[in-house]
Amino acid sequence: MRKIHWLDWMILALLLLFAGYVWTRIEGTLNYKWRWEIIPQYLLHYDQDQGRWTAGILMEGLLNTIRISVLASILALVLGTILGLARCAQNLAVRMLARTYLELLRNIPSIVVIFIFYFFLSEQLIAAFNIDGWARDIARGENAWLWQVFFGDMRRFPSLVSGILVLALFESAFVGEIIRAGIQSIPRGQREAAQSLGLPWRDEMRFVVLPQAMHKIVPPLANQSITLVKNSAIVSLISVHDLTYRTLALVSSTRAIFEAWITTALIYGGLCFLLSLLFRRLEKGSDR
Amino acid sequence: MTDLTPIIQMTDVSRIFGDFRALDRVSLSVLPGERVVVCGPSGSGKSTLIRCLNRLESHDSGTIIVDGIELGEDTRDIRAVRQEVGMVFQQFNLFPHLTVLENLTLGPIRVRRMSRSAAEELARNYLDRVHIPEQADKFPAQLSGGQQQRVAIARSLCMEPRIMLFDEPTSALDPEMINEVLDVMVELAGTGMTMICVTHEMGFARKVAHKMVFMEAGRIAEIAPPEAFFSNPSSARARLFLDQILEH
Ligand SMILES: Nc1ncnc2c1ncn2[C@@H]1O[C@H](COP(=O)(O)OP(=O)(O)OP(=O)(O)O)[C@@H](O)[C@H]1O
Ligand SMILES: [Mg+2]
Repeated sequence: MRKIHWLDWMILALLLLFAGYVWTRIEGTLNYKWRWEIIPQYLLHYDQDQGRWTAGILMEGLLNTIRISVLASILALVLGTILGLARCAQNLAVRMLARTYLELLRNIPSIVVIFIFYFFLSEQLIAAFNIDGWARDIARGENAWLWQVFFGDMRRFPSLVSGILVLALFESAFVGEIIRAGIQSIPRGQREAAQSLGLPWRDEMRFVVLPQAMHKIVPPLANQSITLVKNSAIVSLISVHDLTYRTLALVSSTRAIFEAWITTALIYGGLCFLLSLLFRRLEKGSDR
Repeated sequence: MTDLTPIIQMTDVSRIFGDFRALDRVSLSVLPGERVVVCGPSGSGKSTLIRCLNRLESHDSGTIIVDGIELGEDTRDIRAVRQEVGMVFQQFNLFPHLTVLENLTLGPIRVRRMSRSAAEELARNYLDRVHIPEQADKFPAQLSGGQQQRVAIARSLCMEPRIMLFDEPTSALDPEMINEVLDVMVELAGTGMTMICVTHEMGFARKVAHKMVFMEAGRIAEIAPPEAFFSNPSSARARLFLDQILEH
């Protein structure tokens, strides 16, 4: 399997040829001027006024993407667990409700879902709880820096929250399916044994079903969290200042289309690759 | 058997799967301390019958009263009954992620609200009773089938139930392990436990049963004391059934 076949050479040659073609199109026909040198400052630059290194807009976008991904993952896990349990509930109404939610999310394009969640849910929630005013108070308060570590610029907190909510609601359906599959992989006899001891439903889940389902749940959940990082790009549509949004802004102000998008692609790719390496290592560790 | 009010009273119980009657107007009463052995051909409804007694299976009509509680939709009633009714399964159904001791203490701690130390003492006590005190800290997969089934019996006994149900407890065992499990069950019978046991171990039935129940096609075809049942079964179907299993 390791040996390189003549077919591999051929495929490689074709790929190079194609890359070369794209390159000449960009260079020659479009008369594109590459300006890679402008990119680094948007990642990190030295601020003369403040006398320290500060994050450029791409880096800020990346930090927001990470914040959104982490917080949305946690929320999606909570919501998804509830949803997964609801899918296995005794009560028919509960089951139907969970099923409907899942089917809606499965059969509506994610972009449409995002807008619906945004306008119908998170906007209303943010207005209802006056999150706007609350965040502005914090931005002026003393501990603003601590909040910024977790939530970035507090003046944009409501937008971040809606990004997190929307993404978490969207991903919770898939997390729910993973949890359901895990629960249903446990043989019926296990649950019957728990029930015949008189264990109430939540103890049956907590002590018998979920601990055993973990082996089946954790690996796909890790995959799903990588998918979530990639899907997080979608929140740029509702003006959350994530990496994708910032790249769009950068492109429109500098016209460095190719450089900016290649950089962003590398950042997303690197982030997800690191995550998958991490999960693989953890999985190996837990096998031992 | 001094108390003559039945601890289990099934009246006209039916259970229907689709258009198939797994139980067809079954009536049975069991007195405290009574030991009932249920037998009959495969698919005749034996498992369904005893699973109805702790509501692992729901019944579609008729009434089931266990220890004074009528089984219905009410989950609190169901749990109250399950605390008084232990069940031993053909496939043991031990919790593989817990040690033997944890398998035994889970019910007492979570349901009976015992302290961990009291529950462990109780568990060791019952492990002694099933003759495997030394296996407390192993996981189920490290035990033989016969040992696993004895752990399963001990797990049920730790809830100190008033009734024990057994659904073919020895059918999944290698022949050389059947006796160690039956011995434990005979000893349990000696303590005066109310037992309902689905089994084809006729030697065991002869030894402990007060009453034989023969099922066929979802009905109880015959109820008789073991002497009468084995020497002179009244139904032709029971006679044929006995001939078949006693041949082995
Ligand atoms: N959940 C179910 N859905 C549909 N049919 C069922 C279900 N459970 C049992 N049955 C049917 O009911 C009938 C009685 O089943 P039951 O398990 O009570 O028989 P049994 O006497 O215990 O047989 P065996 O000796 O094979 O264990 C069988 O024909 C079975 O196919
Ligand atoms: Mg059966």
